[in-house]
Amino acid sequence: MTYSSILIQFLNGLASASSLFLVAAGLSLIFGVTRIVNFAHGSLYMLGMYVAVGLAGQIGFWWSVPLAALAVAGFGALVEALLLRRIYGAPELLQALATFALVLVVKDYTLWQWGPEDILGPRAPGLDGAVTIAGNRFPEYDLFLIAFGPLVLAALWLLLKRTRWGTLVRAATQDREMASALGVNQRWLFTSVFTLGACLAGLGGALQIPREPATLLIDLSVVVDAFVVVVIGGLGSIPGAFVAAFLIAEIKAFCIGLGYSTLTLVIEFIVMAVVLVIRPWGLFGRKPVLPRGPGAIERPLTPPSRTVITALVAVTAALALLPLAYGGYTLVLMVDILIFALFAVSLHFIMGPGGLHSFGHAAYFGLGAYGAGLLAVRAGAPMEVSLAFAPLLAGLGALVFGWFCVRLSGVYLTMLTLAFAQIIWSIVFQWDDFTGGSNGIVGLWPAPWLASKTAYYYLTLVSCVAAIALLWRVLYSPFGYALRAARDSPTRADAIGMDVRQLQWAGFAVAGLFAGIAGALYAFSKGSISPETMAVSRSVDGLVIVLLGGIQTLTGPVWGAALFTWLQDTMARNIDYWRAVIGAVILLLVLAFPQGITGFIAERLEQRRT
Amino acid sequence: MFKLTRRKALLTLASLAAAVAASPAVQAQTIKIGELNSYKLFPAFLEPYKKGWELALDEINRAGGINGRKIEVVSREDGGNPGDAVRAAEELLSRENVSLLMGTFASHIGLAVSNLANQRKVVFIAAEPLTDKIVWENGNRYTFRIRPSTYMQVAMLIPEAAKLKKQRWAIVYPNYEYGQSATASFKKLLTNAQPGVQFIGEQAPALNKIDAGAVVQALADAKPDAIFSSLFGADLQKFVREGNLRGLFKDRPVFNLLAGEPEYLDPLKEETPDGWYVTGYPWNEIKTPAHQKFLAAYQAKWKDYPRLGSVVGYSTLYTVANVLKRAGGPDTEKVIAAMKGMEMDTPIGPIVWRPIDNQSTMGAYVGRLAKKDGKGVMVNWRYADGAHFLPTFEEVKAMRKE
Repeated sequence: MTYSSILIQFLNGLASASSLFLVAAGLSLIFGVTRIVNFAHGSLYMLGMYVAVGLAGQIGFWWSVPLAALAVAGFGALVEALLLRRIYGAPELLQALATFALVLVVKDYTLWQWGPEDILGPRAPGLDGAVTIAGNRFPEYDLFLIAFGPLVLAALWLLLKRTRWGTLVRAATQDREMASALGVNQRWLFTSVFTLGACLAGLGGALQIPREPATLLIDLSVVVDAFVVVVIGGLGSIPGAFVAAFLIAEIKAFCIGLGYSTLTLVIEFIVMAVVLVIRPWGLFGRKPVLPRGPGAIERPLTPPSRTVITALVAVTAALALLPLAYGGYTLVLMVDILIFALFAVSLHFIMGPGGLHSFGHAAYFGLGAYGAGLLAVRAGAPMEVSLAFAPLLAGLGALVFGWFCVRLSGVYLTMLTLAFAQIIWSIVFQWDDFTGGSNGIVGLWPAPWLASKTAYYYLTLVSCVAAIALLWRVLYSPFGYALRAARDSPTRADAIGMDVRQLQWAGFAVAGLFAGIAGALYAFSKGSISPETMAVSRSVDGLVIVLLGGIQTLTGPVWGAALFTWLQDTMARNIDYWRAVIGAVILLLVLAFPQGITGFIAERLEQRRT
Repeated sequence: MFKLTRRKALLTLASLAAAVAASPAVQAQTIKIGELNSYKLFPAFLEPYKKGWELALDEINRAGGINGRKIEVVSREDGGNPGDAVRAAEELLSRENVSLLMGTFASHIGLAVSNLANQRKVVFIAAEPLTDKIVWENGNRYTFRIRPSTYMQVAMLIPEAAKLKKQRWAIVYPNYEYGQSATASFKKLLTNAQPGVQFIGEQAPALNKIDAGAVVQALADAKPDAIFSSLFGADLQKFVREGNLRGLFKDRPVFNLLAGEPEYLDPLKEETPDGWYVTGYPWNEIKTPAHQKFLAAYQAKWKDYPRLGSVVGYSTLYTVANVLKRAGGPDTEKVIAAMKGMEMDTPIGPIVWRPIDNQSTMGAYVGRLAKKDGKGVMVNWRYADGAHFLPTFEEVKAMRKE
């Protein structure tokens, strides 16, 4: 690289950093005050883009930007007041689930409103050309963006440091309960913060239209980038978000400039993993204040009563008799449901009783699937052997990554699990000769004696039921109780001589191993695997299933898996806008049963008894 | 044990009886075709595709169907990932009892369904996937593919590329199998045609996440004589805008696979780069009678112009209808035999289904981009017949492991 191209790449990085900062700042603000992991932030950004691109044709680009930002802010205020406000009492993860449901609804609304085609906006009037810098052409609009990012930073800084509202926001970010105890009106504060965050997301989206088209795929990719920036910078820290955006954007620009463009697939996750391993609360973050009061401690899981056990045995027996009455597709669907049930139970094991909220559990599902595929296709092992040994790869992966993850806590831990999952995903995605790259591995079929639908169904049924029963049994073993003690009160557990990290590490590995069993079964039921087996979307599906079923119940994940898989299968077949319908169903369930379906039923039964 | 078997037999009988009672005579005569695609993930390409096969379905059934039997297409969303796609295909096969499968868009989903077709021994006609592997490295006797593959479309651009006698080429491609194999084919074929050509400055941004400013600057730094790109969709739009602004394309020929397809060209509007060499589909300029007829019917039914996806959907369902006629019914072995060497017309020209690799000889239009009334169009185009851009039988034999 010559000096002039180094300069230009540096400027490119700055322009991207400004865009990234706008969306990350809003996310960070919202998280800092409300503690909501707002999945819908990318959707707000996408709405900003579409509204701006739609208005730009009529009133010109420069007017469309503030209008789009205001429109999105209004939408954000509505979402907060009508939806989120109702579930602030629910567990934090459930609020994340509600915002995820919102993603699905907004996406389908956007498709319905603006159509499927990408819309490339106009260039910004007045800044539609390029200037010559060190012998290279550089867009004027990018110079504007470079200046705009720091301006927003300064404005936010003034707002937070110099106004009464800002003082309240900082107080709530530092210690929400204390602020509330001192009489700060939380409702009003939350609504205003969410509105400002939404406004920043909409502004970020609108300002992006001279640089990139409005597309339906932008929402999730933006929100993941924004999460990475927020976590690297430290949750709730606006300057942190700015520095992190700068860091990520510059590293990306120079990866490209130096000819390592394939690294851009994963570099932000590598940076995040490194930062979190060195600084567990991000660059500018502080150790979060632990929530106080009675609300936080979960009721311990009671061992299932005799009636429940009888019912579970009866369900299993009914499942064993299923092939007598149904063949064909019912068995195919049931195989998927059983596999996802095991996947969800393994995730629940580490999330619920373990208290470690993993956002990368699909990695271990995928490692199991790839372990099976690689053993069968690359090593030529028989299917039975591949199936038996594949989960070990997942267990090993969980053992290695778990060692790092259990050193963190809260959202940071969640994001580190995501980072590791993305790193594994990108290795699998790019290692063509070994893993088959983006196409994956085809030609994985069960051994002839297991090839019929009925035989494979029984294999899956026996494996999944045995694995789930074992995991549940472990929860009521001394190890399971110790794990819960470590979750509910790490300090006390530590004081009575338990090694909290060791316990959590072991729990993480066990959960990974069992997810691997599900993955291996999945690979042979589909005949092929691709990197999507371990993509973020599968981790999200897992979370949705666990939360739908009820995180503080034993059997919830199983019913969640059945409901979610069945819902997806039926809706996708019968309804065009099935994503929106699934989103709406999840929203309704969240509003009606904030403790999950199974939690709700359990509570009702309890009430009747007393 | 005996009891269970008897119960099973009774249940089967009962369900058979119910099925017979429930289905009227008409239904017994329809032939069911299973179709699956990622309608939610790639709506821009697949809505026109769906309109294409829906138009064909109307026409085929209005003309009396297949030897008097109507055809019915059972269409499914494949969820945009291979696992769900395989489940959707299983549902079509075992619950809907379809005679054969068609559809899919992304390569890895196409391969997964093709693999299932091989296992379940049913015919699968891949519509959109471009990967070479589906008919070559991973080809199987049950899988057929209609669109010209990545390799073929690259080969169509090679004559023009070689003619320019440019020494230093920079390459940019989306980082997954399609982009990688387009790049590999381009390097191999251009080196054959023009020994000594150099490839410098390769950029492989992640799909849909191109950092266009940085990529454009990096390409400019390499000081290439010409550029080969296989970008498409949002990546292409970002790349074009930044490249235009930063003068990357000034006095530099650019070759871009697929950029002339209306799906990818139309969003560019004012930004359409002049003079790019592309493969595509200039729908409003093709004056052959076959295309005129298709165009008129499509516009009458949908009040919209066709995209390339429309042609693909339309031709895929006609392939199904033609082969069912030729085979005398939906029997899988007869259909496979009838597909081999089948000749038929499509809106963009006659095609032959090659017996050796189950690839159709459908071609693509090769031409250059220009701006007309603020919209992108293809000019100086010609139809490149796919038959001329396929590897030899020996090469194919070596690749297909059958």
